[in-house]
Formats: sequence, C-alpha cells, structure tokens
Amino acid sequence: MSGGGARAFDVVELRDRGSAQPEPRVIHQSHTTPDRAFRALTAAAGWATLVVLALIALFLVNEARPAVEVAGWDFLKVWEWQPGNEPPAFGIAAVLYGTVVIATIAIVLAVPVAVATALFVSEYLPRRISRTLTTLIDLLAAIPSLIYGMWGLFFLVPKLAGLERWLDAHLGFVPIFDNETGLFGRSMFDAGVVLALMIIPIIATVSREVMSQTPRVLCEAALALGGTRLGMIRKVILPFSRPGIIGGSMLGLGRALGETIAVALVLSVDFRIFPEITQTGGSTVAALIANNFGEAGELERHALIAAGLALFVITLVVNMVARLIVSKAAKGSEFDR
Amino acid sequence: MTAIASPERRATRHLDVAGLAQAGACALMAVVVTALLFAISPLDGTLGFGLVAYALFLTAYAGVLTLTIGPLKRNDCLATVIIASVALLTFVPLVLILGFVVLKGVPGLTNAFFTQTMETVGPLDPPDVGGARHAIVGTLQQVGIAVLISVPFGVLTAVFLSEFAGRRVARVIRFLVDAMSGIPSIVAGLFIYTLFVLRLGHGFSGLNAGLALSVLMLPTVTRTAEEVLALVPGSLREAALALGAPDWRMVVRVVLPTARTGLITAVVLGVARVAGETAPLLMTALGSDGMNTNPFEGQQSSLPLFVFKLIRNPLEGQVTRAWAGALVLIAIVLVLFTVARLAAARLRRETR
Repeated sequence: MSGGGARAFDVVELRDRGSAQPEPRVIHQSHTTPDRAFRALTAAAGWATLVVLALIALFLVNEARPAVEVAGWDFLKVWEWQPGNEPPAFGIAAVLYGTVVIATIAIVLAVPVAVATALFVSEYLPRRISRTLTTLIDLLAAIPSLIYGMWGLFFLVPKLAGLERWLDAHLGFVPIFDNETGLFGRSMFDAGVVLALMIIPIIATVSREVMSQTPRVLCEAALALGGTRLGMIRKVILPFSRPGIIGGSMLGLGRALGETIAVALVLSVDFRIFPEITQTGGSTVAALIANNFGEAGELERHALIAAGLALFVITLVVNMVARLIVSKAAKGSEFDR
Repeated sequence: MTAIASPERRATRHLDVAGLAQAGACALMAVVVTALLFAISPLDGTLGFGLVAYALFLTAYAGVLTLTIGPLKRNDCLATVIIASVALLTFVPLVLILGFVVLKGVPGLTNAFFTQTMETVGPLDPPDVGGARHAIVGTLQQVGIAVLISVPFGVLTAVFLSEFAGRRVARVIRFLVDAMSGIPSIVAGLFIYTLFVLRLGHGFSGLNAGLALSVLMLPTVTRTAEEVLALVPGSLREAALALGAPDWRMVVRVVLPTARTGLITAVVLGVARVAGETAPLLMTALGSDGMNTNPFEGQQSSLPLFVFKLIRNPLEGQVTRAWAGALVLIAIVLVLFTVARLAAARLRRETR
C-alpha cells in the first residue's frame, strides 16, 4: 500500500504517538434541492407500501360493513351461505374450518419433505448439483397455481382416490380417514396434497437459506470430533436453523391459507363441517370468494368482501409472525462473522 | 522459496461410489422381490408397489449395513438414503406437471389458437376453430400495466432501502414489503374491486386487473431489486461522490446502470410471479369471449381467465383449448424464468 515500503523507524514513530484514536471527522452534508427532492421521492415510494396496506384494510372494512351489519356475530358462526334467502343466512364458519383443515394437511405433509430437501441440497450434494436443484426449487415456486390446480384435478385426484380407499379400508377406525359416503376424490385431503406440493418450494427455500448460515466452524468441529454427518445435522444444523424452519413453515402456512385457484379447482364445494378429510366436499374462504363472486348479488358481494377481510387479517398475522421469526433466526446465526 | 505444500483439502461432500452400489443393489433386490410379491398375491396399485418396495429396500439396506459397519455409521447411511429419497419427492411433481401439461396441451395448439377469439365459437365446435388471441392480448396489456406501475415504485423503494434509509426505517419498510408479499392474490383483487369498481365507479377493465397484479408484483420487484443494489460495489458509489456528484446523480448514473442486468432479473421475476395469476382477475377484468384491445374500458379476457373458465367446462373441445392455454402459460413462465436466471448469472460475473 505505502509504495516505497515502510521503514522500521516509521513504525516506531507511529507507536510513539500512542494508540489515541484520531478524532472522527465531522461530516457536514449539504444536500442540493434536486438531491432532497430525489430522496423524498424514494422515501415516498418506500412508505407507499404502508399506504397500500392501510388502504387495503380501510376499503375492505368499509365494504364489508353492510354485510357484517346484516349478519352480526353470526358471520363467524353460521355454516351456510345463502345471502339471497329471506332472511339472508350466511357465515364463514364452514369455510374457515375448511381453510384451517386443508392448510394443516398441507403443512403436515410439506414440512418433512421440505426440510429433507433443504438438508439434501445444502449438506449432501456437491455444490454444482445443489445449485441446479436450487434453481429447480425456484422454478417449482414459479409455476402458476392455476396449473397446479388443473394438474391436481386431472392427474393427482384420480391417483389419490386409491390411497383414500385404502386409508378408509385399513385405517377407517381413525375418524378422519373414515368414509361412509363411498364418494372419493375432490376431498379436503386432495386439496391439502396439492397445496403441500405448492408450499414445499417456499419452505425448502427458506430452510435452505437458514441452514447455509450455520457457522461452518461448528459443522467442521462436529465432524472433526468424529461425528457422522447425521450427528452434525442433528446436533448443529437443526438446532441452529430451527427458528428459520419454523418461520419458513409459517410462510408456507400463510400461502396455503390464502391459496385460491388451485383449491377452487380441486374441491367440489359444499358447506358442511365434517372431520372426514377423505370425503368429497369442503371449501375454503378463498375458494368461496372465487367461485361465488361472478354471480353474486349486492349483499353477497359485500359478504364475500367480509370473508376476504377475514382472510386478509389471518394471513397478515401469520406472515408477520413468520417474518419476525425468520429475521430473528438470521440475526441469531451471526455467530462467527 | 521453499514450497510448503498446502494440505490437500478434505472433500467433505463427495459421491461414495461403493456406498451407492450397495444401496443400488438393495434397491434392485427390493423391486424384484416386490414384483414377485405382487405377482403371487392380490396386491396391486402403483402407489402400493412403490411403498412396499421402499419399505423392503430400507429393511434390506439396514440389514446389509448392520452386517458390514457399526450402528453409528449405519444410522448415518440410512439417514442419507431416507433424506435423499424424500428430497426426490420434491422434484417428481416438476417432471409430472411439465409432462402432463405438454401431453394435454399440444393437441390444442392449432393455428387458430393464436389467431382467433372465442366470440363466434359454439360449445361443440372442434378445437381447431376459435382460440385465445383475445386472451393473449389481454394478458400482455394487463401485465404491461402492472410492470409500468410496480417497476418504478419497486426500484425507487429499493433505492431508498439500499442508499438512503436509516437502519431502523429500512427494517420497518422491509417488514412491510414482506407483509405485503403475503397478501393472498384474491384479496388484492377484492381491494381493487372495492376501490375502483365500487368507490370510483370505474367498471371492470384491464386497467383494474393490471393494478391488482401490480399490488402482487411490487414486493417481488422491490426485494429482488434491493438484493441486486446491494451487490453494487461501494467503491463505485464513493468514487462518484468523491468526484462531486450529488446523490441523485450517483444513483441514476452509477448505481442503477451497474445493476442493470440484475434489475432486469427483478422485473422478469415479478412478471413470472403475476403472469399466471387468476384469482385477482376474476373481480377486476372479469373476462370476455371477444377481443377488447382497450384496457381502460370494458371487460377483458386474459390467458389465466380463459383457461380457468374453459377447464371447468365438461365439453371435450373446451377442455382441449384450456390445456393449450395452460401450455402457453407455463411456456411463458419458463422462458421468463430462464431469462431471469441468465441475467442474474451475468450480473454475478460482472460484479465479481
């Protein structure tokens, strides 16, 4: 750096001056008017996000009100959807139930597969192959939900019907697998499987990123102490990335709760609450909105907006909690940087 | 000049050929035994075959390992096999979906699909009459509007986050953007419906659809653009400032041009995210059978709406058209995705 090469006495002289820190230079920033305008413009764009979120809440609340005033608390309790009746009877209890059940099925199926995928990609494979597979995971996340729904309905549902028959015949004593209707296919289980496939890439991506932030020294230490790769994963990687995996799973949950078109295609909608997940039927909030909006009368449109508001609040809360957990996880692993 | 031999790097992740051969032999045996089992017993079904074969394989492999190595190493090998096979489950649907869509979609890809609309098509007409021209035009316009809105907003927000915002403000806005990315697409559609159709009395139009899509696209563009701007070397910024450039010139003339390819990636990923969105269009553009080239007025179709409407039709011809639409849609997403990846790879080379 110093060009001519530092001589010994330079060093001595430097030492003699002591280790007093030089005064930090005070920086006076004087922005020109265009500068200030540009900064304000970017700041405005940044805060526009908040404005949009607030506007969404505001307008949904506003337009949901006419329906909620008619239904009152029944909106959360009633199982049927007959806004055209006299008196109108509608509520989101059944669809809310369906939403939660289907999202739960999706999460239960997706998390193990996603975590295994993340482990496989980040810990087992050579770099080059793992980069290719990461791209493929991103590609899976980019496939439109419409395509997932069509493929689910025409390819997967007929295949899963066999599995559902088998579950009914051999595990029918478990209430959720019982099916006395004899109708298989287009069930909550089918919708849950399709959603699971859709959220695996999301959970796997977040998990992989968190796993790759595990301090390499700890992994190497575990191996150096004679640990096997399984031991390293169990004792180092999983504990370190657990918050990230939980957060990623919640992001997947948020997506599963709000997914519309795939569910609307796979399910054949009805308004019952039943525990048997392999029976044909069931619905979700989002699918209800998508299916009914086109032919809805005025009151029903307001009711659907109210249902959308409920969905907005639920997914927003799930997502915010998930993001907080993930960002905490990322911070916690700044261990050896 | 004594050469101190640098110690050879220990490969911690290599392909263990002998181990693979062992596992492969067990797998082969399991498949053969299962095939015999299925031939002599009333068992059937592909899924059942797979499950039985897999269980047999794990048992056999565990047995072989117990005979050859200790329990610690055995568990490690078993875990490797299980993790690898479960991970493969993630990628099977990709092949199945692409294959299925191509298989179903190709028969409907006639000339008419790209040159005609559905306006005069009867429900029983064969698939070589009538097409999705109106829907393709609608998708192009709606996605174009979404790009025009969300790209300036997204890039400016990214500039704010990476160049100007203080730590705390940046964290808050990043959090909000993330929260926004979690909005269900149907809620974005409802929002635009309440704002533009109910409040402003604007009626259904392609513009509404574009606005709803831009709500969904904005978070993707913002976060990707921010990541890209973070890759621009600080020395370039400092050089610009040291030469006396004001902040805005530094951003416009140095930072953004340097990140050019990456910004393209951000835009393309955003487009890929919304090109296949269906739910928000149901309540904003509403769809139509005829051509509407004016995005500011009247109902408009789009590829996802076209597909969603026809796939639920029981008639063979309509379903064939729907699958052709799905194939075009997935091809668009694939092309956009590849473009984004290539641009990103180029950016990484350039900024290194």
